[in-house]
Amino acid sequence: MDTKVSGSISEKPKLTVRDLNFYYGSFHALKHIHLDIPERKVTAFIGPSGCGKSTLLRVFNRMFELYPDQRAEGSVTLDGEDILSKKLDVSLVRAKIGMVFQKPTPFPMSIYDNIAFGVRLFETLPRAEMDERVEWALKKAALWNEVKDKLNQNGSSLSGGQQQRLCIARGIAIKPEVLLLDEPCSALDPISTGKIEELIHELKVDYTVMIVTHNMQQAARCSDYTAYMYLGDLVEFGPTSELFMKPKKKDTEDYITGRFG
Amino acid sequence: MSFATLSAAKMAQHRHRKRINVLALVLSLSAMAFGLFWLAWILFETLRLGLGGMALAVFTEMTPPPLASTGGLANAIFGSMLMVSLATALGTPIGVMAGVYLAEYGQTTWLGRVTQFISDILLSAPSIVIGLFVYSAVVAHLRSYSAFAGILALALIVIPVVIRTTENMLSLIPNALREAAYALGTPKWKVISSVTLKAARAGVITGILLALARIAGETAPLLFTALSNQFWSADLSGPMASLPVTIFKFAMSPYENWRDLAWAGVLIITMGVLALNILARVLFRNKY
Amino acid sequence: MAATLPANPFPKDNKMEIAAQGGGQTPRKRVLPWADAAFSFLAHLAAWVTLALLAGIIISLVIGAWPAIMEYGLSFLWRSEWDPVENKYGGLVMIYGTLATSFIALLIAVPVSFGIALFLTELAPGWLRRPLGVAIELLAAVPSIVYGMWGLLVFGPILATFVQQPLQGLVGDLPVLGALVSGAPVGIGILSAGIILAIMVIPFIASVMRDVFETTPALLKESAYGLGSTTWEVVWKVVLPYTKSGVIGAIMLGLGRALGETMAVTFVIGNFNQLNSLSLFEAANSITSALANEFAEASPGLHQASLIYLGLVLFFITFCVLALSKLLLSRLKRNEGSRT
Repeated sequence: MDTKVSGSISEKPKLTVRDLNFYYGSFHALKHIHLDIPERKVTAFIGPSGCGKSTLLRVFNRMFELYPDQRAEGSVTLDGEDILSKKLDVSLVRAKIGMVFQKPTPFPMSIYDNIAFGVRLFETLPRAEMDERVEWALKKAALWNEVKDKLNQNGSSLSGGQQQRLCIARGIAIKPEVLLLDEPCSALDPISTGKIEELIHELKVDYTVMIVTHNMQQAARCSDYTAYMYLGDLVEFGPTSELFMKPKKKDTEDYITGRFG
Repeated sequence: MSFATLSAAKMAQHRHRKRINVLALVLSLSAMAFGLFWLAWILFETLRLGLGGMALAVFTEMTPPPLASTGGLANAIFGSMLMVSLATALGTPIGVMAGVYLAEYGQTTWLGRVTQFISDILLSAPSIVIGLFVYSAVVAHLRSYSAFAGILALALIVIPVVIRTTENMLSLIPNALREAAYALGTPKWKVISSVTLKAARAGVITGILLALARIAGETAPLLFTALSNQFWSADLSGPMASLPVTIFKFAMSPYENWRDLAWAGVLIITMGVLALNILARVLFRNKY
Repeated sequence: MAATLPANPFPKDNKMEIAAQGGGQTPRKRVLPWADAAFSFLAHLAAWVTLALLAGIIISLVIGAWPAIMEYGLSFLWRSEWDPVENKYGGLVMIYGTLATSFIALLIAVPVSFGIALFLTELAPGWLRRPLGVAIELLAAVPSIVYGMWGLLVFGPILATFVQQPLQGLVGDLPVLGALVSGAPVGIGILSAGIILAIMVIPFIASVMRDVFETTPALLKESAYGLGSTTWEVVWKVVLPYTKSGVIGAIMLGLGRALGETMAVTFVIGNFNQLNSLSLFEAANSITSALANEFAEASPGLHQASLIYLGLVLFFITFCVLALSKLLLSRLKRNEGSRT
């Protein structure tokens, strides 16, 4: 296996990952990852369970720092600035790089307050502007029409698919530059999944999107670039159409054709 | 092989096992009935004798001297309500913050483990020893019994109860909710106060109500801290009457008017404590 | 590869366009940067306060009891003389009373609680489980002073007439048993206190035992039922061995409660500092009732110090019992985690 797989792209990348190694305690979970993430495109990460795709995603917004025995070594830059550096306040990193999780997690407050929560952390907006921002975020997440008359209701009163779109709206409201989606549809029914996939198409106009999915068809449908990972290594990375139709590595081909995983 | 052809020995053993089972079940049912019997009897007697001594005067008149024809428990009821609410107000913030520490900051630290251990010890420690502690620390130094000391003693009982329930409730909140808040860039203190504690709100409040119910009926910690007072008092720096201590004094006496009042007091306390417990349960069930 | 996009349902208007300009241009302020440190400090402080409490209790008890500790040392534990007039004290009477009442209470409470817990977890029909469980928990919430008063004024006389007097008639003349039942049968004494204590402690032990039983994985029980076991056999051979340490922990927890109980015992124990007869019917004393009755009027000096010494002894005993119970209950939790 190659020691350094080139995950480079031709355009100027939004994020670059150089020689990233990640450890859970003494377990080496990510090995020498070298990758460029293109701007305003959707990059999908696929691979069998335990390959490290979620781990990699959680490096980008330094979520691993919540857990003492997890650590990352190497460099990850956003527009040239190293975001793993301890000198950079982690809250500011997370303001630029938002995340949506596997299971919808509405906060125990009204729909309006859910959206406003993140905004209030960083900006003080008068009521009218906050109303606009909430409306904008909900429209962006294709949820506005369904909730505009019940903004004061509790977030958990929505259906699963709506809750997930609420979480997406919540993440968008603080105007990040990058959106990380960690298997966002795995807890949803097919119709809600379809709505979210439509949403992803729209979101990439404004944001750089990275999505982890165990559903290869979803990756093929939604993404512009795909990375295939296996046991902590980045095996292959390239434009989605190329990776799926003419994979460069046999391992990739085996996975895609369902020979394993 | 059909069941009919099982050997006689096997059938005998089977019958024997069945008999033991039935015996065990009967004994267990009797144990349950035994337990419920005492509950019913105690509640019945409390109701009967309490109602017998009850009158409007109980709530409006002060504690009388022995053998008087009138009198009530007004000062004792007031004193109890005052001390119990102040003690809960004092102990709750400390208990909640310590519970927050155990669930959010100290899960793996030695301080966390030791605090949890000690909190559980204090939870079941003899309440009269708490009273002794407050006596030695406060009453002896200030040279006077005071409601303030009584409040302190009751607060020391509130704290471990609130710690335990707060920690349990916070631990039930899934990590995914915390991570979602962190992912927005929320600082830790805001994650805890605006998201985690909020999500656990109902359980934490239930815990506070249960602590309140527990100290409402406590006698021992007040015996040598707040002592008692036959007159109306709202002065925290002096002795204050409380319902449990008054009941204790009246019940052990040979005077009938005092004993009647003691029963009325017991009824009031029992109803109050049961009402608080039921309220706590209803609140909890509505949220979960 | 991408499906044709549906028509955009939200036509962009100018306001939204401006608002949609991405990050890097909106101001990023950090709300209250000192708040994190302050909140963390408060939480840590609260934990230290709890620690300080325990230390404070032990220290103040030792200081208060010091004159008595200096005077008697450990012999306090087996001296039985208690004379405020002569200023001579010894804790044996109270210690014996505390241990004896708790022993009797556990003797009655453990099998009954076990039966109740068994009923609640295995036998009760589903619709009955919740209300019965709630009834038991409410019983546990009733303040002890209610038990004490009821014990003195309602139960005592009945105990005297229906239990004590017949027992005296039955075995009063026998050598050993007779000594246990001698004395005026008026419904007070160690037996009376022990029984009231048992009634008080039953709901507490029963609900902890029920929680302990419920940790048994359903799959484990189903495997046993699947082999044709009766309900009793499942409990005796599967549930109990699995929850062994938890059950003992529950019993120890109940013992801790019984040892420290004041009001349920004080009303009926008789408050008489004697140990001349070991009778269960004679007035006796326990640590908590001695404190409840004598402390407020005790003269500062050796009398008060001796009482505080008693409190220290009680605290030490309950501390050991509770620590042991916590150890056992956490071992159960660890087993539960490791087996799943």
